Amino acid sequence: MDTAGAEIGNELSMDTKVVDTKWIGKRTVRPDGADKVTGRATFGADFTLPGMLWGKVLRSPHPHAVIKSINLDKALALPGVRSVMSGADLTDFPLDTPVMVGPADMRFVSRNVMARDKVLYAGHAVAAVAATSSSIAQSALALIEVDYDILPHVIDVEAAMRPDAPVLHDYMRTGGVTPKPEVASNIANRLEFKIGDPEAGFAAADVIVERTFRTEPVHQGYIEPHACLISVAMDGQATIWSSSQGHFMVRNATAKMTGMAVGDVRAIPAEIGGGFGGKTIVYLEPLAMVLARKSGSPVKMVMSREEVFRATGPTSGSVNTVRIGATKDGKITAGEATFRFQAGAFPGAPARPAAMCAFAPYDIENVLSVGIDVVMNRPKSNAYRAPGSPIAAHAVECVVDELADKLGLDPVEFRMRNAAKEGSKAAYGPTFRRIGFVETLEAAKSHPHYSAPLGANQGRGVACGFWFNVGGESSAQLNINEDGTVTVVTGHPDIGGSRASMVNIAAEMLGIDYKSVRAQIGDTSTIGISATTGGSRVTFAAGMAVSQVTEKVIETLRDRAAKIWDIDVDAVIWEEGEARPAGTNAGEFEPLSLAELAAKANATGGPINGQVSINAQGAAPAFATHICDVEVDRDTGRVEIVRYTAIQDAGRAIHPSYVEGQIQGGVAQGVGWALNEEYIYDDAGQLENPGFLDYRMPVASDLPMIDTVVVEVANDAHPHGVRGVGEVPIVPPMAAVANAIEDAVGLRLTDLPMSPPKVLAALEKKG
Amino acid sequence: MSKLAIKMTVNGTEIEAEAEPRMLLIHFLREDLNLTGPHIGCDTSHCGACTVDLNGKSVKSCTIFVGQADGADITTIEGMANADGSLHVLQDMFREHHGLQCGFCTPGMITRAHRLLQENPDPSDDEIRHGISGNLCRCTGYQNIVKAIRAAADQINAAKEAAE
Ligand code: FES
Ligand code: FES
Repeated sequence: MDTAGAEIGNELSMDTKVVDTKWIGKRTVRPDGADKVTGRATFGADFTLPGMLWGKVLRSPHPHAVIKSINLDKALALPGVRSVMSGADLTDFPLDTPVMVGPADMRFVSRNVMARDKVLYAGHAVAAVAATSSSIAQSALALIEVDYDILPHVIDVEAAMRPDAPVLHDYMRTGGVTPKPEVASNIANRLEFKIGDPEAGFAAADVIVERTFRTEPVHQGYIEPHACLISVAMDGQATIWSSSQGHFMVRNATAKMTGMAVGDVRAIPAEIGGGFGGKTIVYLEPLAMVLARKSGSPVKMVMSREEVFRATGPTSGSVNTVRIGATKDGKITAGEATFRFQAGAFPGAPARPAAMCAFAPYDIENVLSVGIDVVMNRPKSNAYRAPGSPIAAHAVECVVDELADKLGLDPVEFRMRNAAKEGSKAAYGPTFRRIGFVETLEAAKSHPHYSAPLGANQGRGVACGFWFNVGGESSAQLNINEDGTVTVVTGHPDIGGSRASMVNIAAEMLGIDYKSVRAQIGDTSTIGISATTGGSRVTFAAGMAVSQVTEKVIETLRDRAAKIWDIDVDAVIWEEGEARPAGTNAGEFEPLSLAELAAKANATGGPINGQVSINAQGAAPAFATHICDVEVDRDTGRVEIVRYTAIQDAGRAIHPSYVEGQIQGGVAQGVGWALNEEYIYDDAGQLENPGFLDYRMPVASDLPMIDTVVVEVANDAHPHGVRGVGEVPIVPPMAAVANAIEDAVGLRLTDLPMSPPKVLAALEKKG
Repeated sequence: MSKLAIKMTVNGTEIEAEAEPRMLLIHFLREDLNLTGPHIGCDTSHCGACTVDLNGKSVKSCTIFVGQADGADITTIEGMANADGSLHVLQDMFREHHGLQCGFCTPGMITRAHRLLQENPDPSDDEIRHGISGNLCRCTGYQNIVKAIRAAADQINAAKEAAE
């Protein structure tokens, strides 16, 4: 059955005129669907090789300690153990100079992958072994002797900022402050974005609201744990099969950390079982590479769920203060925010994007937005869907809501009066081109959800969100096969159905049935360099590359037809999947279909294909407005989401089902963040809930249907109008839920998660 | 460790094998039988990615030892397709209604949904949501999964009615 061309079910409202299209905007069946519903798709842990060994990691039981010595001899002597390693086996990057691979600093990534000198969190990798079975590898870990000198630890962000806090890195001086500090501190960086005169702005305000908010670290929660298999040939060339958001990143980072030439490493992307930012960096690959090189055998490593929680990136917990002032007639005059972010053991919390995104939805003349990146004895934080923006929006959107309330204004109306538009200057720098924020607010206001009646103990909340969206390196190849089918190859792991969007674009432009187009992800040796899947960039950037390569191939197809007809190429046009003479002047020729031209390819000049590599420019931001209804159980403090509508500007929805899927998935994660998810540490610096039992992510019965409205305000810098979709849906939910709770029971909750005990305690306190 | 002789039926084929008695069923399926459709998301019985059908019940195959499955009749995602090799209606509907993004939860979801529809051939959306609440999906927000199961139930019921 095929419903690809069927009516679009959910609402799509179009701002700009969209040309009638055959495949773009249609719900085509994804090319990898059958493999995934039959269990054939190969994920990171599904690969095996003859003679393969199993690698396992020994992790620190202490949150902070000096490693005095490591003795691996007994472990290596265990029958079946073939190689052992410690941090000393990885490249020792000097601490005084950044070593960048993409956005990641290898000084820190390599010390996070395996500790050198010091362990910085409970769960930090200390040593690893490879053995003929996973149970032997497990037993060998117990034979590794590590002598620790235990140091005092610090977990809380405010405690870590104090001058008397235990210092994690004695070389670290706070960046972004002048003069450069002389003493070491856990404050890695302070940065600020400022426009106008905030104090004057507050002086002009009639109402000012200031509040402090707390959020806990939450994990990306991908269901597939990290996994890889690495094989090293006799000549030293290595192949990596692993699940990641960017196999070029895996190749480059692994080569760098193991002292190999990039050209000697080939990374083959496995299907990826979710990432959400958490698989934008390596954890296991450098270890497996060392173990494989030492043993001469392929090594496979797979994390347990507990390891995923204890040692891979959650996003930052934070303590944030936001102050906003407005006049009586509802104009925001000034905004000020300080975001104090937990980076975990190494610098790199998304404090910068938080400070940038915080006020971006609003046209405010006076803004001061400060981000502070702080290290402490927790796992190194990693990107999570729109890094920083959801945390910033949680604080800002709650304050905006409270202001609207104080001014007696409808929350959507208040936002509308201050919404950023084309020409608004954002505090973080740019002046916006055409954006679709107002359109999402208008869609919210006119949506039946917004005026639907509420029951007892129910409340409605609104919140908005912003994300930059990014472009960058993308490559695409398009091959016309002998039978007229088409293969499109790109270089980004397909994390949420992007292959289907590439098919839609190529089929649309070629004018052929989407079913004759197949999309594949090339490995690092078969496709041009392609940056990591992240930043909501793939449909935008790879879509642009696919569009350009398709254009190029169409040119070739016209050229081949011109040769056959012996006329000028300009006299040939490409229409509905075939070459046609441009007009009667061009001559009378029967059109040549793609399949006919493919069959004649060798006679007309050889195989027909194309390759394009670009650094995609012109990414345009995404805005979202969400409406959430909750019901609060006054006896238990449990908050139930009873209705949810998410409105978003996608620019152009190349494949509406996957746009909606991204929105629904982002909302579900946001609801988990709002109500249940959190890292819980005890006084000894140990994570108390490293499993799905106590780290509770939403299950199907926790959620209602999530309605989506896709607004399309085209990005004119993209051949198909694409903006980027995947990240902004997680930005508004926490504030939307908090604002709904306030509406339901009059409680302004400032700390996440708003779990039953917290809600109940607040209800009791209020009386 | 002495090995245990195991006999079971997996996806309609009789299997005789030797396994370490304390090996988990999921490891036996994945490593000894090369059935990598069932996935490991947690190995603590909370994610459902490893769900298989065992003697007519949905079982998380990370919760039992292979020895406990001796003599059992097991169906994994690899055994779900129709006898003629075409996709089972649930598989087809998951694909058709975009009931997956990354697809890692999908084999467990489909196997669970299959059993759910045996237990309750015409479930409401709410019953579907409760019925699959032992299976985590982090990508989809469950919406299209519920839709896919609903659509499969409708098709199965319509086919049954037509046959009567
Ligand atoms: S792996 Fe069995 S329930 Fe998660
Ligand atoms: S589709 Fe990714 S976990 Fe369900």
